[in-house]
Amino acid sequence: MDNKILKFSLNGELKEVIVSPSDMLVDVLRDKLNLTGTKKGCGKGECGACTVIMNGEAVNSCLVPAMKAMDAEVETIEGIGSPERLHPLQETFMDLGAIQCGFCTPGMIMSSKALLDKNPNPGKKEVREAISGNICRCTGYVKIEEAVLAASGKYKTKR
Amino acid sequence: MLKDYLLPESTTKVVSLLDNCNGQARIIAGGTDLLLDLPDGKVATECLIDISRIAELKEISLEDGIIKIGAAVTHNQVAKSDLIREKAPALASAAGSVGSYQIRNSGTVVGNVVNAQPAADTAVALVALGASADIVSSGGNITVPVEKMYAGVGKSIVDSTAQLVTCVKFPAALANEGSAFVRLEQRKALALPMLNVAVMVSLKEGKFEWVRICMAPVGPGPVRATAGEDILRGAKVSPELINEAAQAAVKQANPRSSALRGSKEYRTGVLPALVAKALESAVAGAMEINK
Repeated sequence: MDNKILKFSLNGELKEVIVSPSDMLVDVLRDKLNLTGTKKGCGKGECGACTVIMNGEAVNSCLVPAMKAMDAEVETIEGIGSPERLHPLQETFMDLGAIQCGFCTPGMIMSSKALLDKNPNPGKKEVREAISGNICRCTGYVKIEEAVLAASGKYKTKR
Repeated sequence: MLKDYLLPESTTKVVSLLDNCNGQARIIAGGTDLLLDLPDGKVATECLIDISRIAELKEISLEDGIIKIGAAVTHNQVAKSDLIREKAPALASAAGSVGSYQIRNSGTVVGNVVNAQPAADTAVALVALGASADIVSSGGNITVPVEKMYAGVGKSIVDSTAQLVTCVKFPAALANEGSAFVRLEQRKALALPMLNVAVMVSLKEGKFEWVRICMAPVGPGPVRATAGEDILRGAKVSPELINEAAQAAVKQANPRSSALRGSKEYRTGVLPALVAKALESAVAGAMEINK
């Protein structure tokens, strides 16, 4: 196995990490860079728990070979806010009870952030499309949709 | 066992890499299908050649009335393209139906065709649009109609260890033409199609000049409903005739009973309604552009 050096921007910081050609991005993030906020659910692109933003687009990091991230800009849940200064989506997910067990939440938030970054004022239809690849098995989608819509209001004032 | 992952920046380089690796390397675009097949052992390769950063393959273009979609263009790029929505609505709709939003951000339309699943949404639309694919290799360049790219269930005529599909291309709809895509599914997202139908129509003086009807999964690949097409060709547009063509279309469909897609009886029963709906929608599109 010929290891490679992957260089990419992760949450705004340049990173270099040794990867194998068969590594998936989700495993590099979690196991090599210790960013375990990104969850690995199905590993087959069906649940969306591993969603990260790569070059502005929401993707399933379990189906992205690590090498595809070469020179790319990757954002994960760890990079979008801090405990002192939460991202609007993190605030509204908590305020509106859009979290139950929390396993889907990082993916839900990253899919929603990719949407709001492009379209700060989406309608229900756009929100539903954006999170259509994210499965929640606890709370259902109503509160999540409400939280994303509420965050869109804060987006305009905060940005 | 995968030993290498390459990121070439031109198609020429891809062809020479494929040649040098002599069958031990394979093309990867979005990878959303391939990366499931590799660990399952359905596909084995020593080297992946990633084409997703080749600039010339990342474009949707319109030149001399021909729309070209490069091999690195994702489903979402197609689904959201104003050009495709206006000139090939069947394809925009099909591309917007594949997988989930995240899958559509990674997976490519050309990859959908090369993966050759019986109900590949964009392949069904591309057949209706009369599309063909440009395939390059060290042995020479060929152009093949998408309709002829299926070699069996899940089998493409394209050998991704030796050939690269650079684009799919088709004529942009003229003012008197329209296309539509209809899909029956168990839920609105991340669901395989139980049935999908794409049609393209050309109207002239209130009559069908020509029609292409394509249906799936009712055979190994997208299936043309030529009997239905024959009924419509040259005939005056009417709901009765559309229904007659839709009934004739079913005779060329051979759906299997499947836990995932529904019983043969159910799908045979509902298929004519889908064909009729697609035809009506394509006719409406052809007339709308006329305004």
